[in-house]
Amino acid sequence: MNTDFNNTGEDGIEERLWNYIDGTSSAEEKSVIEKLLQSDAEWKAQYGELLEVHQLMQSSELEAPSMRFTKNVMEEISKLHIAPATKTYINKNIIRGIAIFFITLIVAFLVYGFGQINWTAKGETNLPVDLSKVDYSKIFNNTYMNAFMMINVILGLFLLDRFLANKRKKFREEV
Amino acid sequence: MSTGLNDTEIISKVLSGDQQAYAELVNRYQNYVFTLSLRFTKNREDAEEVAQDIFIKAYRALADFKGTSKFSTWLYTIVNNTCITFLRKKRLQTHSLDNEGMFEVADSQDSGLRANLVEQKSRVAMVNEAIKMLNTDDAEVITLFYKSEQSLEEIAQILGLETNTAKVRLHRARTRLKEKMEKHFSEEVKDIY
Repeated sequence: MNTDFNNTGEDGIEERLWNYIDGTSSAEEKSVIEKLLQSDAEWKAQYGELLEVHQLMQSSELEAPSMRFTKNVMEEISKLHIAPATKTYINKNIIRGIAIFFITLIVAFLVYGFGQINWTAKGETNLPVDLSKVDYSKIFNNTYMNAFMMINVILGLFLLDRFLANKRKKFREEV
Repeated sequence: MSTGLNDTEIISKVLSGDQQAYAELVNRYQNYVFTLSLRFTKNREDAEEVAQDIFIKAYRALADFKGTSKFSTWLYTIVNNTCITFLRKKRLQTHSLDNEGMFEVADSQDSGLRANLVEQKSRVAMVNEAIKMLNTDDAEVITLFYKSEQSLEEIAQILGLETNTAKVRLHRARTRLKEKMEKHFSEEVKDIY
């Protein structure tokens, strides 16, 4: 619904009048414009001009190519074949195979990695540093860490924007 | 000669091997495709070559048309992409395909045009000349809306835009068209208003 009833600048008037002419104004907006057209000389004059452009455009004619155009196209395509549909030559089995390869690779690395850990050893003796004495403020003040966090925030905002845009699109389609 | 079949039926015939059936689609859409191409190329020879290329591309890719949109909407997407590629190539070749430059040429030709128009007394000719003075984006969106029977949603799909963006682009294009008509054809416009 167009709720921009107070937009009476020249651009605003034109936009609202174009919507009115195209029939895309809401019923409420339509009745407001009809009242304005009866009472406001500026609106009436502007409407007359835009309607004239609209009608001229509707009466404009299409350009025609040369008489031989269809013949030329048919001569060209007689040498060609229709390409198979994109979906038919992208083999799903190949995509599945690539996915299986990478999943297997990741699982193999994880299995190998866990296999290297000595689960029976005591945790405290194996660690080179005492975790309770680590100064975390130094790590989180680090420039790289700040940059990393900033990238994450930007990525988060980007994803949120995409999510909201999709939601808005779905809402409009439903309306 | 018209076969009386709709676009989808013709496409099915072509896909099942009847290549000659494609001529009906070419006949049906050649004026639309040619007019749109002309909005980009600004000359008939290039427009004819580009339009021919568009129908050949559409034929090659016909198996990809799934019927989820109108055939014309799908075809105009190919028109848009092919014309943009054509303009890029042309810019690389000439380094001088500049719309403002074209407007200057249009301005300098103004008196000749006006004389011609007065002679023809044709509103249609005035509109066509005014459209030629617009930049390609404006001319394309106006042609799609008024001459190619495309809704705002379909225009948005062809141009790869949101519907609201396409709507704003159409409003602005029409306003610029009105300004061109007032600037270059003020006498004729006065007669109309």
